[in-house]
Amino acid sequence: MGQVDLGRQAALLLLADGRLPAGGYAHSGGLEPAVIAGRVRNMADLEAFLTGRAQTAGLVAAAFAAAACARASRDDLAALPELEAEFDARIPSPELRKVSRDLGRQLQRAMGSIHPHRYFSALGRAPHQPLVMGVAASVLGLGPQDAALAILHDNNAGAAAAAKLMRVDPFEVHAILARATGPLDDLARRAAETADADPADLPAPSAPLADIAAEHHRRADARLFAS
Amino acid sequence: MHDHPSHNETRALRLGVAGPVGTGKSSVIAAICRQLRDEFALGVITNDIYTDEDARFLKSAGVLPAERIRAVETGSCPHTAIRDDVTMNLIAVEDMERDFAPLDIVLVESGGDNLTATFSPALVDAQIFVLDVAGGGDVARKGGPGISGADLLVINKIDLGEHVDVDVDRMVADATSARKGGPVLALSRKRPETVEQLCAWVREMHKTYAAGGHIPVDPGPMAPHHHGEGDGHTHSHGHSHGHSHSHGYTHSHD
Repeated sequence: MGQVDLGRQAALLLLADGRLPAGGYAHSGGLEPAVIAGRVRNMADLEAFLTGRAQTAGLVAAAFAAAACARASRDDLAALPELEAEFDARIPSPELRKVSRDLGRQLQRAMGSIHPHRYFSALGRAPHQPLVMGVAASVLGLGPQDAALAILHDNNAGAAAAAKLMRVDPFEVHAILARATGPLDDLARRAAETADADPADLPAPSAPLADIAAEHHRRADARLFAS
Repeated sequence: MHDHPSHNETRALRLGVAGPVGTGKSSVIAAICRQLRDEFALGVITNDIYTDEDARFLKSAGVLPAERIRAVETGSCPHTAIRDDVTMNLIAVEDMERDFAPLDIVLVESGGDNLTATFSPALVDAQIFVLDVAGGGDVARKGGPGISGADLLVINKIDLGEHVDVDVDRMVADATSARKGGPVLALSRKRPETVEQLCAWVREMHKTYAAGGHIPVDPGPMAPHHHGEGDGHTHSHGHSHGHSHSHGYTHSHD
């Protein structure tokens, strides 16, 4: 599992590439409401915000991506509805649940065209993004830790939205992302460790302010990003 | 094996409307809806940059039932949403076609962008590019993929020409020349006969599409398009190309 062979690294890069046409560019991962509320004002704030998000929502998403990948890899799609329900239970905000399902549907639509596989339609009408990522990773021959890393990277790379939301030097934003690479690998490893666990026992750290901010954001009159 | 919900029997003509900010894309769509809603089953997808202003405008104008007008939020990347990554719009169109099947035409309004923004052929079957006289009489001459390659170029607000010192006939001639004779429509909502011409074009496009005769044309990248500066050049080439010519041309003036 842990080690990817050379033939698969390119598949992981494909899946994690921000240019994969799955609509991720319309989202800031909660950064826009945090900036508007004055909770993220400078680079130190941004780094703390991203670290916190990776360790909470990021880890949860990674654990579910890994779990979905493990099940898809042994052709056990019957387990997906339970994963869906458990993931729902970990997101208090209806808005964030919707965002996750919108992004999941987009990834499903994109990957279903890019690399058709019956698993993508088996995911149902609007699956959560980490589950689609897990299934997509499996279909591309990747393992649970790869799926976890792909979703962690996808969430974190949304920090590029800072360039539109704050007065920043984009190099500094990417310096933060560079410092985060080690911690993201660690989180991906942790997520992979629970890939075969009972869905109810998967990690559930939370950040209530992110849920509240998402609800506020939905009600904003004007916003650059959908979330 | 992926089950795309775009079966032929429910597939509508997908018609894109692009063009710079403020040229009247929403008004063009409102006019089409108002005139053609009894003739065709219609749906509208708007792409908003940071509000849902366009969707609200169309809903408040009452041109269609509100549920047939849906907004897609493009994260301040209107260009990307119609060209590089059309997934959000594609899903919105497919949902609309399924929810109100059978639809005849789904109109997709791009967020206002620059002259290079055109729809991907993966998203729409045909596209209208909208300019207006108030943006300057020289814009049509500048060309660009939307102006030269869209299935129809609309020059809007022609009633304002005299107020902004734009010679409308000249602008239309410049545009026709930049399009190698492709259709150009001078439009004003205050001149009903021009609105009727717009509707006639939409009817014809739908007819061609429904008969299987329309092949989406990609306006594609910027075509080589050089103008020597000099006034008084007249654009009176009589050639009328179909709109499926290839775009590797070089454009010379007589």
